[in-house]
Amino acid sequence: MSAAGARIGVVTFPGTLDDRDAARAVRLAGAEPVALWHADADLHGVDAVILPGGFSYGDYLRCGAIARFAPVMTEVVDAARGGLPVLGICNGFQILCEAHLLPGALIRNDHQRFICRDQQLRVVNDSTAWTSDLEAGQVITIPLKNGEGGFVADDATLDRLEGEGQVVFRYEGLNPNGSLRDIAGVSNERGNVVGLMPHPEHAVEPGFGPDMGGAPRAGTDGLRLFTSVIGSLVNA
Amino acid sequence: MGRIVVEVMPKPEILDPQGKAVAGALPRLGLEQFTGVRQGKRFELSVEGQVTDELLAAARQAAETALSNPIIEDVVGVYDADGAR
Repeated sequence: MSAAGARIGVVTFPGTLDDRDAARAVRLAGAEPVALWHADADLHGVDAVILPGGFSYGDYLRCGAIARFAPVMTEVVDAARGGLPVLGICNGFQILCEAHLLPGALIRNDHQRFICRDQQLRVVNDSTAWTSDLEAGQVITIPLKNGEGGFVADDATLDRLEGEGQVVFRYEGLNPNGSLRDIAGVSNERGNVVGLMPHPEHAVEPGFGPDMGGAPRAGTDGLRLFTSVIGSLVNA
Repeated sequence: MGRIVVEVMPKPEILDPQGKAVAGALPRLGLEQFTGVRQGKRFELSVEGQVTDELLAAARQAAETALSNPIIEDVVGVYDADGAR
């Protein structure tokens, strides 16, 4: 498969905000975005799925808790168990945790406030479907914006995640939300499902990304997540 | 019409920033007796007719699969709102 042939689905739930940005990131990375609808139990043959950020179902009950029961999620869960690459960003990460595709849970920020900043992340695992174009140890900068981004799990689960290489990103410089062990993103055991709180889709185009040193809004580090999955599809 | 109450609380070891914020506000009302506050959720499930054991079992299932997330929360009560606890 060529990069241009890769079709990447972007799911829209009621209350999703960042589906357009995610679709644009897919296009800038060189693949074709495919809009998927929460009520449609059909993935339309896509090669990967992105659950974008926002406030699905108004964050009612718990963040991501109601989206998990949407018809499209039954298909996403089945396909993910079969190896389909799935990326959950922010609210998408919360949905993947609620759907038990990823371990742990996200709770309200420890400082009780919404936070929006350009956030440095250290890449911990560069062998997942979504991080193969990054390098372990590398520091990237992408925007972060959340009110309930505190990653929690019990100690045994955290030890297992560290031991099995399922910690994908760690907050660097500052832990913005009280996440345990500075964890910003995790994967499933197989590495095809990745979730993270910060927003790679907001750092894909010069002029619209985070400030990078002396270069305002120049950051495009987020693009690498999207090119990674295209690479993993081409090489599959 | 019967009603079943489901009560969910954050696990004791999980940080509860909302409860902490409430605990910080009470002394400003002059209420300084309380050493801590934990904030949870109460759901009321309405049913046709009387609350039966079967309905309570279904409510327990709802509590454990949707109304709570077992990683961060405990279901601390499932009971008939009008019955004996």
